[in-house]
Amino acid sequence: MLPSDQSSAYDPLRKPPKFAIRTNGLNVWYETFQALFDIDLNIRHGKVTSLIGPSGCGKSTLLRCFNRINERLGYVRTEGSINILDHDISTPGTSLAQLRKQVGMVFQRPNPLPVSIRKNVLFGLDLHHEGSAPHGRSERDNIVEEALRQVLLWDAVKDRLDQKATALSLEEQQKLCIARLLPVKPIILLMDEPCSALDPEGTEAVEELIWTLRGSYTIVIVTHNMAQARRASEECCFMLLGKMIEHTRTKEMFVTPKNKETADYIEGRYG
Amino acid sequence: MFQASEHNLRSKRREALFRTLFALMTLVLIVPVVVIIGTLVVKGAPVISFEFLFTDPINGMTEGGIFPALIGTVWLVAVALLVSVPLGVAAAVYLSEFAPDNWFTRLINLAIINLAGVPSIVHALFGVGAFVLFFRFGTSILAASLTLAIMTLPVVIVATLESLRAVPLAFREACWNMGATRWQTIRLVVLPNAVSGILTGIILEVSRTSGETAPIMFTGAAFFLPYLPESVFDQTMALSLHLFVMTTQVPGVPEHLPYGVALVLIGLVLAMNALSIAFRVYLRQRKKW
Ligand SMILES: Nc1ncnc2c1ncn2[C@@H]1O[C@H](COP(=O)(O)OP(=O)(O)O)[C@@H](O)[C@H]1O
Ligand SMILES: [Mg+2]
Repeated sequence: MLPSDQSSAYDPLRKPPKFAIRTNGLNVWYETFQALFDIDLNIRHGKVTSLIGPSGCGKSTLLRCFNRINERLGYVRTEGSINILDHDISTPGTSLAQLRKQVGMVFQRPNPLPVSIRKNVLFGLDLHHEGSAPHGRSERDNIVEEALRQVLLWDAVKDRLDQKATALSLEEQQKLCIARLLPVKPIILLMDEPCSALDPEGTEAVEELIWTLRGSYTIVIVTHNMAQARRASEECCFMLLGKMIEHTRTKEMFVTPKNKETADYIEGRYG
Repeated sequence: MFQASEHNLRSKRREALFRTLFALMTLVLIVPVVVIIGTLVVKGAPVISFEFLFTDPINGMTEGGIFPALIGTVWLVAVALLVSVPLGVAAAVYLSEFAPDNWFTRLINLAIINLAGVPSIVHALFGVGAFVLFFRFGTSILAASLTLAIMTLPVVIVATLESLRAVPLAFREACWNMGATRWQTIRLVVLPNAVSGILTGIILEVSRTSGETAPIMFTGAAFFLPYLPESVFDQTMALSLHLFVMTTQVPGVPEHLPYGVALVLIGLVLAMNALSIAFRVYLRQRKKW
């Protein structure tokens, strides 16, 4: 599915693999500083998995491996394998455009583009169909509406689709940033502390949204906020100093952590 | 208990002294500007008329208008921009968006900054050597405009670089993460957001270029040529050189005539600057981030 030709495109009707993301012996260095150590991770398809751990433990680094955006920096070295839906994404045949189409990412600070709400939603679609404008006006309207409905934003913005997205509230901007990923039909959504720039109500609204997207997408969410991990995820990974310490069902992790360091962390003994 | 000590008073007096001193210096700074523009308006305004702008100079430049010089300046600046803008913008886009940050890139940046500091007479001599003689363009609009283009290139590059760098990284990241290539990112997001700054830079550039004399004097501008140029291979008159010639080379030019030319030239420059400022204000109001 990741190579660019259409015949091998991912078929949603085919039974999906059990795991959306699998890493094997993943090590990452920033120049000489090693940020990740031997990460073996299996993330279930269609579930919400949260990634917790003290700041600087490598959560963002790990997330950024999954769409290979780390490479932009130029001084990052990656070893080990990363499989997305059973395809090794480090093979030379992997098209980054296709990979990033299927693996969308949401950031800590909402980053809508300084164009209209409608254009933001259609941006990814136009990017990937450049030249061959495949959709008529009404079809495009439908796509915009569907994406905004999915992120529970439609009612709030339906009358001002042509206004600048940067004028929205932060919560709305963050929802829009999620909506903008959906028209290209991604499989995995990566979210790096998506609520940390929002106020409590905004946080609650975005959490609710993540919960409604569960099942349709595989979601990996990095969070600082233990309560949020507990509320909004089905599985939970705890990282410490670049290592994966524990990965279980969220309920179990918060009730009966197997590892002493996990227990210490979730009880707030360091943080 | 809150009475000022001797020391406090002294500090206060010293402050007043320096404030007055600096205010005076600022005044000294604006006096020449006011005097220059004032003189030009007072002495030059009476000659400005429709005839003055749109007729040829006659009687050995002692009478008549400045039409060929006006049109010549437009030609020179337009052709120069036609060369320097695409070249400069492309170079800046490459340097800011594609080039790796290594010693070679830094060397290029250094070269650009130094190029901006080269005196215009040196550019003029380079223009003669390169365009007039080596490429055999002769003394022509083409040779003069290319010389102007080389001279203005660093300014275009620097203005473009600054506008590109002012586009927040978050916009680029948003694009990359949606699978955009660098070029798509530049075309769809970076350039549209940088265009106001680039245009402002270019307009300022126009105003500067239109006043240059040295670089065009040996490469394509003629002392007296009361016809309009027909192609870029012709010579042409230009406002700046016309002014120079009138005031220093031709006897018997009535006193008010050069003032009129200078006023037109300065009016052109100020109008361009005003346009650029208005443009900047307008675009800044329109974008909100
Ligand atoms: N661009 C970078 N260059 C160099 N070191 C980095 C960079 N990004 C992160 N690091 C380092 O890698 C480690 C992990 O960072 P990060 O993945 O951002 O942690 P987290 O998201 O868990 O807070 C930190 O020690 C950080 O200093
Ligand atoms: Mg982080």
